[in-house]
Amino acid sequence: MVVADKTKEDILKLLSQIADPEIPVVTIQEIGMLRDVNISDDGIEVIITPTYTGCPAMGIIEADIKALLHEHGYDATVKLVYNPAWTTDWMTDEAKEKMRKYGIAPPTHSSCGDIAAAEAEIACPQCGSKNTEVVSRFGATACKALYKCNSCKEPFEYFKCH
Amino acid sequence: MADLNELKYTYSLRLGDDAWILSHRLSEWCSNGPFLEEDLALTNLALDLIGRAQGFYKYAAELEGKGKTEDDLAYRRNERQYFNHLLVEMPNGNFADTIARQLYVSVFEYYFFNELKNSSDETFAALAAKTLKEVKYHMAHAVDWTIRLGDGTEESHWKMQRALDSLWMYTGELFEMDEVDNELLQQCIAVDVIALKAKWQEHIERVLKQATLKQAEDAYMQTGSRKGIHTEHLGHMLGDMQYLQRAYPDAKW
Ligand SMILES: [Zn+2]
Repeated sequence: MVVADKTKEDILKLLSQIADPEIPVVTIQEIGMLRDVNISDDGIEVIITPTYTGCPAMGIIEADIKALLHEHGYDATVKLVYNPAWTTDWMTDEAKEKMRKYGIAPPTHSSCGDIAAAEAEIACPQCGSKNTEVVSRFGATACKALYKCNSCKEPFEYFKCH
Repeated sequence: MADLNELKYTYSLRLGDDAWILSHRLSEWCSNGPFLEEDLALTNLALDLIGRAQGFYKYAAELEGKGKTEDDLAYRRNERQYFNHLLVEMPNGNFADTIARQLYVSVFEYYFFNELKNSSDETFAALAAKTLKEVKYHMAHAVDWTIRLGDGTEESHWKMQRALDSLWMYTGELFEMDEVDNELLQQCIAVDVIALKAKWQEHIERVLKQATLKQAEDAYMQTGSRKGIHTEHLGHMLGDMQYLQRAYPDAKW
């Protein structure tokens, strides 16, 4: 296999187009799951980190990475690392803005210690009002909580800070 | 002295078992929750725990070096080969029973993983740092419900009190150290759980006071799980959980 013609940056750039299967408006790079790429004589090793330990999307992401690289003629292995632990702090501002436009309130505080304080002032992604309340801390996926807006009355999801 | 890898294998297996067995218990609530959002909450907790179990089982399999996978460890062992705390194998009972179990477990785990994240073993430290973020949400969930049920109706109050009292005898085990813990503690790998007891007790007391509930009275404490001695409940649960893998070995989706 020939990988010598590609640099680590080329591969990272290629991989940065892969969307998060659960929030398709952001990429795995923007959300902070894509950590690193190692190129050696043995081939390409892609390092990813899970958002949540039980994130069911990890299998799909691994398959997406392998498929994309395969399309470009490379065989890759994907390695899951836990250290350092993923945090919503790694999410780019662009990703947060895309998420908000998609209807999901992005995480506000950085790696919060105090859950209650972080939950207190979540702005509605529809109307911007901060008069919102938690319906449930656990939504359709592990990373999101359910909220409702008391101003525009719309329900919405909030990407929990982590 | 046992080989260091062997000790770490046992330690990782125990942590995997605690997460795995509690995860299965919580998943039994799927479609049986008191209302839709709570059904989702309990299964979300179960999912976090599956992920945690997977992490610790993977590491255990790696340390053992016999080419096993996390699935072999999850599905191919008998009752006596599981080392989870008795508390996590307790049946779900009614909703208050489940919440009481969640309260005792999640407050313990909050202090436990807060220490394990400083382990000199990099993998344990990384898994603990990750787990701690999730446990904070588990604890907030249990505390909210304890207060809501305790300080709720007459019926929810007595059911919650009964649940706390009847599970109390399984909490003593959480703070036991055996030779595996002690040897790993000397290497700054394991957590000194005895040192966590006072913090745990204080935290529980604080929550119960707010919930207008009483701390259970000290009584006989059941023990044995770290030696593989379980209550009658684990075997039944494994029968259910392992059925597919036992009936159709190596079955794949
Ligand atoms: Zn609104």
